Amino acid sequence: MSEPISTPAAQPPGTWRRLVRNRVALAAMLVLAGIAFVAILGPAIFPYSPEKVTPHSLHLPSWLPLSAEQAKLDTDRGGAVGRWQHPFGTDMNGRDVFSRVIQGARISLIVGLCGALVSFFIGTAYGLISGYVGGRTDNVMMRFIEMLHSVPRLIIVIVAIFTFAPWLETTLHRTLPSLEGYAKIMILILCLGLIEWLSMARIVRGQVLALKEQQFVLAARALGQSHARIIVRHLLPNLIGVIVVYLTLTIPAVILDESFLSFLGLGINDPQASWGSLLSDGKNVINPIHSYWWLLLFPAAAMSLTLVALNFLGDAIRDALDPRARS
Amino acid sequence: MPSFILRRIFSLVFVLLIAVTVSFCLLRNAPGNPFALNEKQSSPEAIARQERKFNLDGPVWWQCVRYLGLARQNADPDHAVPARFSGLLQGDLQPCLKFKDRTVAELIAQALPVSAILGAAALLLSTTIGVWLGSVAAVRKNTWLDSATMLGALVAISVPTFVTGPALVLVFSLWLGWLPVGGWTGISSLILPAITLAGPFIAYIARLTRTSMLEVLNQDFVRTAQAKGLGERRVLYKHVLKVGILPVVSFLGPLTANLLTGSLVIESVFSLPGMGGFFVNSVLNRDVFLCCGSVTIYCTLLVGMNLLVDIAYKWLDPRIRLE
Repeated sequence: MSEPISTPAAQPPGTWRRLVRNRVALAAMLVLAGIAFVAILGPAIFPYSPEKVTPHSLHLPSWLPLSAEQAKLDTDRGGAVGRWQHPFGTDMNGRDVFSRVIQGARISLIVGLCGALVSFFIGTAYGLISGYVGGRTDNVMMRFIEMLHSVPRLIIVIVAIFTFAPWLETTLHRTLPSLEGYAKIMILILCLGLIEWLSMARIVRGQVLALKEQQFVLAARALGQSHARIIVRHLLPNLIGVIVVYLTLTIPAVILDESFLSFLGLGINDPQASWGSLLSDGKNVINPIHSYWWLLLFPAAAMSLTLVALNFLGDAIRDALDPRARS
Repeated sequence: MPSFILRRIFSLVFVLLIAVTVSFCLLRNAPGNPFALNEKQSSPEAIARQERKFNLDGPVWWQCVRYLGLARQNADPDHAVPARFSGLLQGDLQPCLKFKDRTVAELIAQALPVSAILGAAALLLSTTIGVWLGSVAAVRKNTWLDSATMLGALVAISVPTFVTGPALVLVFSLWLGWLPVGGWTGISSLILPAITLAGPFIAYIARLTRTSMLEVLNQDFVRTAQAKGLGERRVLYKHVLKVGILPVVSFLGPLTANLLTGSLVIESVFSLPGMGGFFVNSVLNRDVFLCCGSVTIYCTLLVGMNLLVDIAYKWLDPRIRLE
């Protein structure tokens, strides 16, 4: 009992240094920064509006050599296509795939990020309360999570979408008509956040159970600090590490969920585009006669690159926070 | 041990009832009516008649109680069917609401084998290759082989199956022409879907195995075995792997349930007639009976496999006591 009572540092020292020294993590961060940059600039660098229809439908990436037949087709359709006019080709309606992939990045990233944040708020609050209060409350709250776990997530998310969508659309229509076009994105954020918080809550609860027995919490109580203050000032800072790791890993999970819903036709609808909806469009036109591979390759590459980078980063942060885990 | 198994079977029934109840109530409370969705012009009276016929009238909890088989179903005077118990507990999965001349049990009996065969192939692939890659990486720790395996594993986890699936089809079916594009036509049509389905799980199991093997390799009993002069292979296979595989074994429960009950993405990419499509469509059509039937199968597999896993655990690691 002679150990000094002190609030342990929120993160072990040197976390950032260890993270940057990890070459893979650095590369992942640079890739993510690049993708985020392109997505934020978005409309400024679209060669075309991603929704603009042109006569050049299903055109090969324009830097590839064209057969004489295709060149003639281009001329018939209103002029030859410049070498860098459609670097990723065009889709069935002649829309520029490059612009659509950037548009997809904007939507997929915003859904991933905000969905992960929603799950973070719910999961952290739930886990904190469950772990801190403990006892019967904890028991009931954990059984509730187990119950949700036993129901396939697809049912929850589809039912949530069908329940919230009409409500949100009418509300937006009445109050903020300018945001109406974003209703679908908001619904996806909300519903995906609603199914991804379960693991976060469990992890936070586990940490809180261990932390609240430590002496600095006892000391804070003895000093007369309120429960709310202990949670905010003493427990949360110690949870930051776990939360950041888990948040980084939740973003790719939400992006993946969104693309799955778009794949089912429940996510982003034409003419808007997310990576998932682009992939779903691309998959539909793959057939034994023509393989329009560029419709699949470029969105898939963009999405996979982002997911790989996020997962690498999450892993690297975990390693950096817990140097023992690697050795 | 027998009392443990008995208790687990009891809890299986309990979990199953809860999962089915929650799914049932969620789906019945969602906007949209199965009878109005499937038939274009239905008068409210026609819908009410249909609801009564399929025991979906009255409050949702009462519908659910009848579905579970805890209360008598509506009598049908037209067909001389008396009010009787005929629900989940009696083994009756009800007719399908979308294809009314088929029962849910028939549909599942038709789709489950497809999903199960595919799932079993993927299960075999993911456990064998995953454990093998993971142990190789652990034994050759911090070599290029280790880094390459783990890099590859993370990439495989990150890339969604509806990217890998069409990519494999594009390369192996359309360009090389080695394998069929899709459909259910024998062993060769099984290869691509099984690989696609197993991919992320191979990677996940490889990571699990590596971490746990590294932990086990540092333990005293391994040093003892080496000190006794046992050969490297014998130590690895007989001592390390047996304990190092435990996390993989505990992952097998959810893995099996997931793999065997089908994946909509794989089925849609390779046009296979499996369970995943039925399940998703049942939710979209608000076909509560088909949906809850699928949930029943899924939960039974999940909890049943978890039970087997616990027993296997005991056998692999005698220090563990089942409570």
